[in-house]
Amino acid sequence: MILAARLADVTKDYVLDGETVRALRGITIDVPEGDFVAIMGASGSGKSTLLNLLGCLDRPTSGSIFLGDDDVSRLKDDDLSEIRASRIGFIFQSFNLIPQLTVLENIQVPLYYQHRLSSRDRQRCRDLAEMVGLADRLKHRPTQLSGGQQQRVAIARSLVNDPYFLLADEPTGNLDSVTTQEILDLLVRLNGEGKTIILVTHEPDIGRLARRTVRLMDGQILSDERREDVESRRHPVDSIP
Amino acid sequence: MDLFWLRTWQLGIKSLLLHPLRSLLTVLGIFVGVASVIWLLAIGEGISRKAQEQIEGLGADNIIVRSVKPPSEVTERTRGVLPYGITRDDYKRLVATIPTIRSALQIRELPRRLSYGPRSVPDGNLVGCTPQYMEVVRLEVDVGHFITPVEVRQKATHCVLAAEVARKLFPLEDPIGKAIHIEEAYYVVVGVMKPKGSTAAIGGSLAAKDFFNDVYIPITTLQARIGDFVIQRRASSFEREQVELSQVTLRIDRIENVEDTAKLVEETLAPHHRNRDYSITVPKELLERAKTTRLMFMIFMGVIAAISLVVGGIGIMNIMLATVTERTREIGIRRALGAKRRDIVRQFLAETVVLSAVGGVTGVLAGLACPVVVGWIWYLLETYLPRAMSQLPDVVKTMQPAIVPESIPLAFGIAVTIGVIFGLYPAMRAAAMDPIEALRHE
Repeated sequence: MILAARLADVTKDYVLDGETVRALRGITIDVPEGDFVAIMGASGSGKSTLLNLLGCLDRPTSGSIFLGDDDVSRLKDDDLSEIRASRIGFIFQSFNLIPQLTVLENIQVPLYYQHRLSSRDRQRCRDLAEMVGLADRLKHRPTQLSGGQQQRVAIARSLVNDPYFLLADEPTGNLDSVTTQEILDLLVRLNGEGKTIILVTHEPDIGRLARRTVRLMDGQILSDERREDVESRRHPVDSIP
Repeated sequence: MDLFWLRTWQLGIKSLLLHPLRSLLTVLGIFVGVASVIWLLAIGEGISRKAQEQIEGLGADNIIVRSVKPPSEVTERTRGVLPYGITRDDYKRLVATIPTIRSALQIRELPRRLSYGPRSVPDGNLVGCTPQYMEVVRLEVDVGHFITPVEVRQKATHCVLAAEVARKLFPLEDPIGKAIHIEEAYYVVVGVMKPKGSTAAIGGSLAAKDFFNDVYIPITTLQARIGDFVIQRRASSFEREQVELSQVTLRIDRIENVEDTAKLVEETLAPHHRNRDYSITVPKELLERAKTTRLMFMIFMGVIAAISLVVGGIGIMNIMLATVTERTREIGIRRALGAKRRDIVRQFLAETVVLSAVGGVTGVLAGLACPVVVGWIWYLLETYLPRAMSQLPDVVKTMQPAIVPESIPLAFGIAVTIGVIFGLYPAMRAAAMDPIEALRHE
């Protein structure tokens, strides 16, 4: 089994007003390639901290984090930036598109920070936009798009660097129920094509989509269940460019 | 420049265009700074060039000794005739004792009303001089000839008119051969000079010496016909003065000897003139002083302009700090998507460089327009405020702004440097943000 990510006994402490807050108290998870993991938990359970560590936005106090075969837990800031640019696809609750850029340019941003913008790369960006159904909106700005469309741009952007896994933080938190279903369908479809997805949510309905649910409480893993009935939710899919 | 850099600039411009007015105002700060560096230096250079030109008009190898009316406490003590100023004896003494004097020139000037038929020049300046005068003062003949040695010897009642006088008295006729009326006598016009600009002030007076209303006659004629006595009507009385020579101009053999000769002249004259009724002007010294003044002037102007550039820079910094705060979220997104700290620094620096470069380029263009615009300003002032204009010193009025070539790269360079320096801090602040915090920012 090839692992997309692996956390080994990871702890994270924060110092807040002179007091140490133990946000994560020894987390060990393996995320195999192609997995669809939902990380759930109440606020304060440590799921944001876990997300930040998985997203290489932060470093653990102790323990190791592996992306593929590389330990990223002790890397320097610049190296972490490179990892983020090349191996992680972020999907945020509030879409987080850059307002002054067009749809196509937004999709290109991670490539830009890898100094990769060959004509093949640009074609790939167009193909991704087409895959998420926005081929006719390439020149639009984020403000000219609906929430669901914006999130689809964000998903295209998260795929552009062919990441180890997609890291989705409440991806449907700002969407109505119809669009929520659209986005979830898209994620399920991507997973069906072999994309590893780590989804952070507090909504059980959405968590149920995943093959596996990891529940956190007080910085520790409360449960780690694998479900088998998700197969039925899969849709027939086009291939990912 | 590879595609990455191209993108950086593109992005910078795009971000700036999100707030066009704000960017415009920021650019304006730098624009004004750059333009004012070029303008101030050009005007400073123009004025000092004019001043130098005027001093050079006096002749760098000359020493000018001029009669000066003693201060009023001396004049009030004197009853009757007040003799003052340089005498013919002084002149002979100077020429006889100082070997470095190549040639010497004596002049007697009197204010006189000039007239020809119904036309007159009330504030004419009658100049008794010798043929050398033309060469020493650098006058040029337009029509006829200047005073000749023969005329001096014969004490001829001939005169030569300055261009302006000729124009006023003879607007339509040829003045040559006509007799003009000066005081109680008639003088036949034998020549007209070409117009000549003013030279620097000499002999303690502040006004520049102009040649507009001059009429030249042989000095011997002036002495024979008018004499040394001057009667001036005062409010309640007449004042009689006795002045032999108004001015003696000494031409020195070599320019290095000018200063030493000036000292000798001073020592020769001092014992005979207890009440300091003369002044010595050394154009060469004036010239050197003018050069120092020019330097100081340039530094002064430069400092003022530099201040305005710094103010422009602070404007940039202010706006960039606001921009960074406003775009915290964007910085967070970019960091999450793989931007390194230096990518963020680069992005914001590109914006400040664009701002300051646009300000710099437009500022340089506005700076280059300086001579034209100054021309318009003078024209407008002449047309609508002629009185205010006439109050201005001659150096300023006739000044042509001269763009100092170095000021263009200098101003542009300073503008961009200031952009980078003042942009660096906001950019670093942007880069130093924690990506997690930045992403959470609303």
